[in-house]
Amino acid sequence: MSAASALVLFHAVARSLLLLRYSPVGLLGAGLVAFWVIIALFAPLITPYDPLANDYAALADPGPSAAHWLGTDNLGRDLLSRLVWGARSLLAIVPLAVAIAYLVGCLMGLAAGYLGGWVDALLMRVSDIILAFPVIILYMIVLAHFGPSAINVVLAVAFTAAPQIARIVRGLTLDLRNRDYVAAARLRGERPLYIMVAEILPNTRGPLIVDSCLRLGYSTIAIGVLGFLGLGLPPSDPNWGGMVKDSYALISVYPHMALIPCAAITSLVVGFNLLADAIRELGQND
Amino acid sequence: MSAFLLRRLGFLLITLLATSFLVFAISEFAPGDVATKILGPYATADQIALLTEEMGLNRPMPVRYLDWLGGVLSGDLGTSTLFKQPVNEVLWGRLANTGLLAGIAFALIVPFSLVLGVVAGMREASLRDRSISVASIIATSIPEFASGVFLASIFAVWLGWLPGTSPLSLGGDWSVAQQLVLPVAVVVLYDLGYVVRMVRASMVEVMRAPYIRTAVLKGLTRSEVIFRHALRNALIAPFTVILLQINYLITGVVVVEAVFAYPGFGRMMLDAALAQDIALIEAGALVAVVIAVGTQIAGDIGYMLLNPRIRVR
Repeated sequence: MSAASALVLFHAVARSLLLLRYSPVGLLGAGLVAFWVIIALFAPLITPYDPLANDYAALADPGPSAAHWLGTDNLGRDLLSRLVWGARSLLAIVPLAVAIAYLVGCLMGLAAGYLGGWVDALLMRVSDIILAFPVIILYMIVLAHFGPSAINVVLAVAFTAAPQIARIVRGLTLDLRNRDYVAAARLRGERPLYIMVAEILPNTRGPLIVDSCLRLGYSTIAIGVLGFLGLGLPPSDPNWGGMVKDSYALISVYPHMALIPCAAITSLVVGFNLLADAIRELGQND
Repeated sequence: MSAFLLRRLGFLLITLLATSFLVFAISEFAPGDVATKILGPYATADQIALLTEEMGLNRPMPVRYLDWLGGVLSGDLGTSTLFKQPVNEVLWGRLANTGLLAGIAFALIVPFSLVLGVVAGMREASLRDRSISVASIIATSIPEFASGVFLASIFAVWLGWLPGTSPLSLGGDWSVAQQLVLPVAVVVLYDLGYVVRMVRASMVEVMRAPYIRTAVLKGLTRSEVIFRHALRNALIAPFTVILLQINYLITGVVVVEAVFAYPGFGRMMLDAALAQDIALIEAGALVAVVIAVGTQIAGDIGYMLLNPRIRVR
């Protein structure tokens, strides 16, 4: 992306955030997301314990105590530390997956919409086939085969999101390609790649900012679900879905072990979705 | 219309071939030696070689794919290595169980989403609209495993009103109806918010249309405007969305089935994927694609019948 379009994007994001002051619900969403981002950034400073260290003495009463504010899990590991480190890994993986999906999806959508013809037909048929296949079943087949790892999770989530983004970008491109400024760039003799990335892409930003925010929410759910099914990150890494999976069988004895990570992931997704809704609404009204 | 149908059925066929081949190829990518899986870690090399020979696993991948495809065309989906039974005996029972869960959830989602969506959308930005919209955003934001944990800790652990697992067995203390309540509640909670928002968006758009303003200015009462003019147009777009939920309800309920140990299609696919049970994965993938593309085709046809402005070439 050129410096100019980066600036346009930055301006659009900054303006959306400034507009949020008119929407209390949007502010709540932004606050929830900001809370977890700060927690994730400062994880090493906040956590009282190593998230993998076992305190077997605490297992006698794993509930919340002065030593372990949120209690410990079934192996005596400090729940607060695991929660904080889980936020850090989740907030590293989710934006990465969404960014890769956007990179691939935008290029596919621009090429399909601007070039048209057989490129469009081929890209859209491939997208149709990927979209026809149920996402969760695809995740299971792919991840059960290639094993749990952060990279595999990122690629699986990006692979299924890219065709959806391509569809949105293609629709916007079909409209924008007939604008005068695109014709002007063509007359100047600019190459198609330049026209797509520098002239068309920056003008798709409105719907894409809302979509990316929603997609961060979906991807958070998807990665939590993969952790819960035992297909996400390697079991040693603290991750919220995996924490629920490990403690669900103990729910009748120690409900806090499962309830706390569930509340955490819910608050983060609620944050993303409220934020997306507020940005969409504010964008409609001006 | 018939040309349209033929094209869509052609797409279904191509998708089925492409996905089944891809799933086969992925399985080949990490072979994991099927014979070793069946015989267990203590089998001798001779036993493994013998079973590999018997099952024809030493033939090249494309040959085995065509062989499998021939079997499928004659109704033989192969044998599940996990359940040690023909796939036909595992698959359809599981699908019926998920169908029960999906059917009850669908019967609840449709009326609730229509009423809530229309009520929210008929007065945009009113307090009622705001409350319904925010509530639906929050409902769709709770991952299914989280709402499963929340509901199970309240109704199974704390109050003891409902069972925490739903294996659909009759021997225990809980009836099948009681076992179905929590899984259905989780699915409805997760899906309802999304459909409500779609219905609301369509209703809002219709209420902004010039013909509604004309009807209001003509002096019709509010209920006349809504029931005689707005509702019919507002329900066309959500029709497709609602039909597409069938796809989610049957192939997407893996998590709910895993939370409540529900013996359905999704958990079967999870177990098959974890055990690398290729015959079962392939059969399940075919079923999933047929349901996904089938609901899309049904949605398109229904949309055309409802909306005379759409004419498909």
